[in-house]
Order: sequence, then structure tokens, then C-alpha cells
Amino acid sequence: MTEVTGETRHTPAEAALDAAWKRRRPTPIVPGQNVAGSALVLVIAIMTFLSCLTLGGVTLVRDTSAVWQNQIAREATIQIRPLDGLDMEAALSEAAGIAASFPGVLGAKVVDRAATARLLEPWLGSGLDIDELPVPRLVIVTIDQAKPPDFAALREVLTAKVQGLSLDDHRTWVDRLVVMARTTVMLGVAILVLMLAATTLTVIFATRGAMAGNGHIIEVLHFVGAEAKFIATEFRRHFLLTGMKGAAAGGLAAIVVFVAFGLWSARNIATPVADQASALFGNFAIGPAGYAGVALIVLAIAGLTAVTSHVTVVAFLNDLDSRAPDA
Amino acid sequence: MIRFENVGLRYGMGPEILRDISFEIPPSSFQFLSGPSGAGKTTLLRLLFLSLKPTRGLITIFGKDRSRLSRKELPMLRRRVGVVFQDFRLLDHMTTYENVALPLRVRGREESSYRSDVTELLKWVGLGERMHVLPPVLSGGEKQRAAIARALIEQPEVLLADEPTGNVDPPLARRLLRLFIELNRLGTAVVIATHDLGLMEQVDARRMILSNGRLDIYD
Repeated sequence: MTEVTGETRHTPAEAALDAAWKRRRPTPIVPGQNVAGSALVLVIAIMTFLSCLTLGGVTLVRDTSAVWQNQIAREATIQIRPLDGLDMEAALSEAAGIAASFPGVLGAKVVDRAATARLLEPWLGSGLDIDELPVPRLVIVTIDQAKPPDFAALREVLTAKVQGLSLDDHRTWVDRLVVMARTTVMLGVAILVLMLAATTLTVIFATRGAMAGNGHIIEVLHFVGAEAKFIATEFRRHFLLTGMKGAAAGGLAAIVVFVAFGLWSARNIATPVADQASALFGNFAIGPAGYAGVALIVLAIAGLTAVTSHVTVVAFLNDLDSRAPDA
Repeated sequence: MIRFENVGLRYGMGPEILRDISFEIPPSSFQFLSGPSGAGKTTLLRLLFLSLKPTRGLITIFGKDRSRLSRKELPMLRRRVGVVFQDFRLLDHMTTYENVALPLRVRGREESSYRSDVTELLKWVGLGERMHVLPPVLSGGEKQRAAIARALIEQPEVLLADEPTGNVDPPLARRLLRLFIELNRLGTAVVIATHDLGLMEQVDARRMILSNGRLDIYD
């Protein structure tokens, strides 16, 4: 036909035409959004949202269980049972004194009569005279978590000095809690793995579905002599963008949910509902690790969409190239 | 340029669609490929365009054995062969101009380097005024010409056209034929698959007639 002439226009009108051509953006080889593309964005957004929520839930459980463990391991309790002839107040002071001076103990505080009565109030009602009942009394021992005391030695010293005394280092509770927390976290991780697997498969099949509508484009590109690398790059770029859109929307929605719960929990602080929720779940904050996880999931899902489109294109092209009638 | 030697092709375990096909497409030649419907014209074109592998026989294209071609070599060879499909295969989301420029765009060429070529070619095929129109708006004949322009934009050494006049009225068919003849004069070998006897009678060219899977050539 004609030889390549490049830029040859010089008149103002032609220069203006040239400028108009340059401003015009070429139509993408892979068309923008169609129904399948929009559905893919929606599917990716939903699956990302659910994955991020699961991740947030696991993070929350892990952090809360760590807080529980720390809170329980931070204290030990001395209990003195009322025995005949025992001067309870003296015994409490002596036990608190011994405990406070023991290495690894930060302090010991006697739970006074009023506080003991408050503790028993839910069961025995108000207006209780604690002296009328043989109620055991408590001393709360605060432990240096960095250097915890030798509980066996402490128990030995205390029981030798004070009658009717027992020391509860909460070990049984901590051990049970550790097992429970680990089980909960493992369960959460298992759910997260299942969720991510479901997300992976959904994204793969949704991407392949969206790709199916583009078979004619791959074929035309193939027949006009486009190299496989060019075709795969065009589709990968397009689907990476699609994946990014969906994943970012899903991740953002999950972050909004986390932030909303955090705000709700902060607003309702010191109310019975919030206290109950906070006792159970902590403060509803997923922390930097949780947000980093959300970002990671968003990137992974977008990448997965791009990789799936790439693999689908390459498989389609391989099929076109190796097509033999008896194959 | 392209040589077939005892080429046979069957689909699956079925009978041979093409049997012992032997011919050559010389440079700058002009030929019609004809035969009744279902005779295998499109299949033979697909073999010529490297879109199918023969069941048996030897195909040599631009001096290379088809059976020994690697996947990486195929795009380079396809660029030397222009194809006009019976169903046009234009991309509906791109304008006529962009469809015609597609072969150049996929090679990574800057638009400014081919803009005037594409525009000129579109004018040559009579689509100068329909440059920025999307294919769904084009008539059958206009689509046909756009498909032809896309096949020609890279000045291929061989042009394969599958029923290029199948969707157009006789005057336009004659116009398209003149276009192919003009192209042939410029040095491109042309193979037109058609069962339009009227079209073939207008040009004194080699006729390759497919019948019952066999090919007869009338020079």
C-alpha cells in the first residue's frame, strides 16, 4: 500500500487535526466493563469483604485471648478461710506483708470487707454483714510478669505462717485459657483458610467466566499476528485493574465495618452492653497487623485475578496453536 | 511461497475431509478456490493460515515446514499472510479505523507512524467517511471492506479471502474484486475462496476446485 510517512502535516488546520488525534485516547484492546466484568468486580468485592472480615475476626480473637491470658497471669489470689480462733484481719495483714516482700511480687492488696460484700452481693443480696457469715477473705497479689515469683516457695512460706490459707496462682485457669485460645485461633485460621480457598476458587471461576466472553478478541489478535506475550499482557493488565477495583472495594468495606465497630465500642464505653462486648471481644480494634492483612488480601486477590486471566489466555492460545483436527 | 504436498485432513475418527491435496501458491499469483458448500474450502484456508495442522502430508510456508514451526515463529509468519474471514471478525468495541490499525498496534507501533497509512487505505476501500464508526453501525459491505483493509494494512505477501463477496450485492462484489486485482498488481498473491461463478468469470485466473475432498486445478 503506502509507505510509512509519519508526521507530514504542516498547515494550521492539519496541525489542529493532528493535535486532536493525539488527544484522542485509543480504545483499550480489551473492552472496559461489560455485564460479566461488572459481575466479576462484584464477586471479587464480596469475597474480599468476607475474607477480610474473617481475617479481622481471627485477629480479634487472637488479640483478645492474649489480653485474657495476660490479665489472669498478672495476678494471684490468697484465700484465707475463717477458722475458729483465727484473727482474720491479722492473718490478712500478715499474708499480704509476706507476699509483698517476696521476690517477683509487685504488691499485695487485701480485699476489704466492703469489697468482699460487693463481690457476694449478686448471690447474697445487699445489706450483708460479713461478720455473720464464715466468708473466706482474699488478698490480691500483683505479679511481676517479667520475673514471676516462685509460687511453690511462696505457697510454702504462706501456709507455714498463716492457718487456713491457700494460694491460687491461676495456673489452672491460664492453662485452660491458653488451650481454649489456641483452639479458637486455630479454628479461626482454619475458617480463614477455607474462606481464602473459596475466594481463590470463586475468583478463578468468575475470571474465567468473564474471559469466556473475550475469546473472539483473543482469536482476532492471534490471527492478526499478535504475539502471545502481547495478548496475555493486555488481558492481565485489564483483569488486574478489575481485580484491584473489586478487591479494594471489598477491603475498604471491611475496614469501614471495623472502624464503625471500633467507634461504636468507643462511644458506648462504660455501658453494660459495651462492657459485655468488650469483656468478650476486647475493643473491636484489629490493629496494624489486621489492616496489613486486609491490604495483603486485597493485593493477593487482585494478583490472583491477573494470574488467572494470564493462564486462561495462554491456555487459549496454546489450544489455538496446537489445534489439530484429530486432537 | 506456500506448497502443499499430499496433504490430508480428517476431524477426529471421521472420514478425510481433504485428501492428497497438492498445489503451490506462487508469489504474485491470483487464484480462486471454489467448490460446493461443505467441500472444505474454509478448512483448506485454515490450513493455509496455520490455524489447523494437517493429519498427513507436508505443508511448506515461506520455506518452512509447518510441522516443525515453533509457537514463537507462528505470529511472524501470520504477519506475512492477510486473512479476510467470512464473518469479518471485527472487534465491535473499536472504530473502523482502530480495527484496521489493529495489526500495526499489536506490533507496538506508535499511532503517529501509521495514521496516514490507515487513513489512506480506508479511503482506498471507500470507508474514508466511516472511519470513526463502530462496526455494528456498518453495513455488510462496509464491514467486508473494513475486514479487507485490516488484512491489507501490513502489505501481506499472501491474501486469503473467505467468501469476500458473500454478503454484498453484485456491483459491490465487482468493486471488491477490482480491489483484489489492484492488490495483486502490487505484488500480493491472492487466494479467494468463493462459490460465486459469476465472480470467477470476471477474471482470467487459476481455479482450484475442491470436490469430495480432492483438489483439481485449472490453470
